[in-house]
Amino acid sequence: MRSFYFSENAYPYLPDASEYTSIRNTLPNRLFDPKVGAELYHRYFDEWQYADEVGLNVMVNEHHSTATNLNPSGAVVLSVLARITKKARILMLGLPIANRRDPVRVAEEMAMVDNYSRGRLEVGFVRGVPYEISAQNSNPMRMAERMKEAHDLIIKAWTSHDGPFNWEGRYFQHRQVNIWPRPYQQPHPPIWITCKSPSQIDWVADEGHIAATFLTGYGDTKRIFDHYRARRVQNGHPSPGNDRFAYAALTYVGKTDSEGFAGAEKLMWYLNANKVASQFKNPPGYSSIPTSVALMRGASTAFDRSSPLESCIEQGIVFAGSPDTVYKQIRKHYDAVGGYGNLLIMGQAGFLEHDETMSSIKLLGTEVAPRLAQLSINAEAVPA
Amino acid sequence: MTTADNATAALVPVGGTTIELFDQGSGPTILLLHGAGGLKAGAPFLRALSAKARVVAPSHPGFGKSPLPDWISSIDDLAYLYLDLLEQLDLHDVTLVGMSMGGWTAAEIAIKNSERLARLVLADPVGIKPSGREVRDIPDIWALDDAELAKLMQHDPANGPNYATMSDEDLSVLARNREAAALYLWEPYMHNPQLLRRLHRIKKPTLFIRGASDGLVSAAYVRAYSEAISGSRIVTIERAGHSPANEQPEKFVETVLGFMGE
Repeated sequence: MRSFYFSENAYPYLPDASEYTSIRNTLPNRLFDPKVGAELYHRYFDEWQYADEVGLNVMVNEHHSTATNLNPSGAVVLSVLARITKKARILMLGLPIANRRDPVRVAEEMAMVDNYSRGRLEVGFVRGVPYEISAQNSNPMRMAERMKEAHDLIIKAWTSHDGPFNWEGRYFQHRQVNIWPRPYQQPHPPIWITCKSPSQIDWVADEGHIAATFLTGYGDTKRIFDHYRARRVQNGHPSPGNDRFAYAALTYVGKTDSEGFAGAEKLMWYLNANKVASQFKNPPGYSSIPTSVALMRGASTAFDRSSPLESCIEQGIVFAGSPDTVYKQIRKHYDAVGGYGNLLIMGQAGFLEHDETMSSIKLLGTEVAPRLAQLSINAEAVPA
Repeated sequence: MTTADNATAALVPVGGTTIELFDQGSGPTILLLHGAGGLKAGAPFLRALSAKARVVAPSHPGFGKSPLPDWISSIDDLAYLYLDLLEQLDLHDVTLVGMSMGGWTAAEIAIKNSERLARLVLADPVGIKPSGREVRDIPDIWALDDAELAKLMQHDPANGPNYATMSDEDLSVLARNREAAALYLWEPYMHNPQLLRRLHRIKKPTLFIRGASDGLVSAAYVRAYSEAISGSRIVTIERAGHSPANEQPEKFVETVLGFMGE
């Protein structure tokens, strides 16, 4: 298994949540102090750089109009990481391409970063959380169709090397696509896509991309991975190796269990500091009709995951404790869901301080990741 | 002929798709185009209108039980669909009544071809962009919570939908209507940048109706609309918000029928 260290680069120095209606979309940016923010950026880069030094891979994402994440442009962060890291695979997970006006620009930027890093880039595409819709002014209807068309256009831009090609699609028009540079990796960087719904999993499986899932615990993760495996086999492919699967969890490693739990308590900020105004939680078209009806009846959304640490550990959305405890938690989850080849470690959130973050990164890199690396990433799936 | 009390809608093929179509009453013909809230067969204003006229009222693709084919995505598409419907049903001397986004659709129909129309009623219509780029002519309904929206939409916020008392089926329709509304109205937000300069093509008698408490479509907005259609005038209905037909059905029906009798 490969391990990727990931941080959302939050700006946590906010008034009490009772003083604002939404940490996303409407929170005024006067609350962002550039002097504090600039230091935070450098701190987070130091942490990623250290993750590389201790043998971890790194992962970046992007969000918009939110204090929970200071990276509205994945490409900008990636380009720095491509220069300051040496060995790590650099994963962007991901680019919300259904919300992007210009997929060709995405293809260009990622090709640049792939060259900067001499082929260490992995590119993820995501549908994005519902709150992104307002921040991007993106029509929430027909996102899946737009995402597929953008995906097809980006891949064609990466893999066409004989001059301009024409693209007059339903959602994107480009009569002369001819990107410079082309990607360093041939035919293109590995592609990841987050998936949850059966139709999305079908598509990702058909494309043979890496399927990633965030904080889906035991049941949902197994459902997603099983569905992908079954779809591949059903279409006449060999059962996919574990390298096609990725799971993201909040993870904190301490020298002892109690130190690990204490760090993880601070990571819980990610789940708890997500006060979002109701109108941004379920834009029309984002969820299925039955889900929308349930939400109108007061159900909580899939993104409201706040619960106590012990419960989160039990659900498999947090891994925490000493190196041995964390390894065993991951191993238990790995076995229960049928195995996966990529662990995405959400290792910093909220007020988890720099030294605390570095301490966990060191233990992850030196004591946990080497054991996880022993888990074969290309093993045939074990039937459930 | 059916009455609105036991109104059932038929699924009717038109323009390459199928629409749920209410066709009730007899007499002069009204083609009624609903707003983003969709069409309720049992609505009192429909019953009252169809007692005096033939009311032909489609659910726009994606609303109610009308399917949403993947090639339909704009108000322009709806306008052509209903031009096809007017031909298919061979309707003449039609009073075209459009409410909110249905008003926008009605205007788009009339600028294209008014041959089968006798007159237009545009109730709290959206569709134009009279002010500058930094003025939100119409509040962003997708950036407001339910309570804020109810305050803008209704004269009495209690007249808004109450999820707690609605059946799953009704909530499903409501959720579906929200989706279709987003598809048609998201961007450019609730308007066609070209519509204002095309409205001069409308030569049929045109009446604007506006709920006095409408928090979405302002009096100034309706004035700008009206100024672009020669000879049009505006009637304001008191104690009504964005949907006078639902909040003041009697007054609304009286206004429409009165205009038809002129």
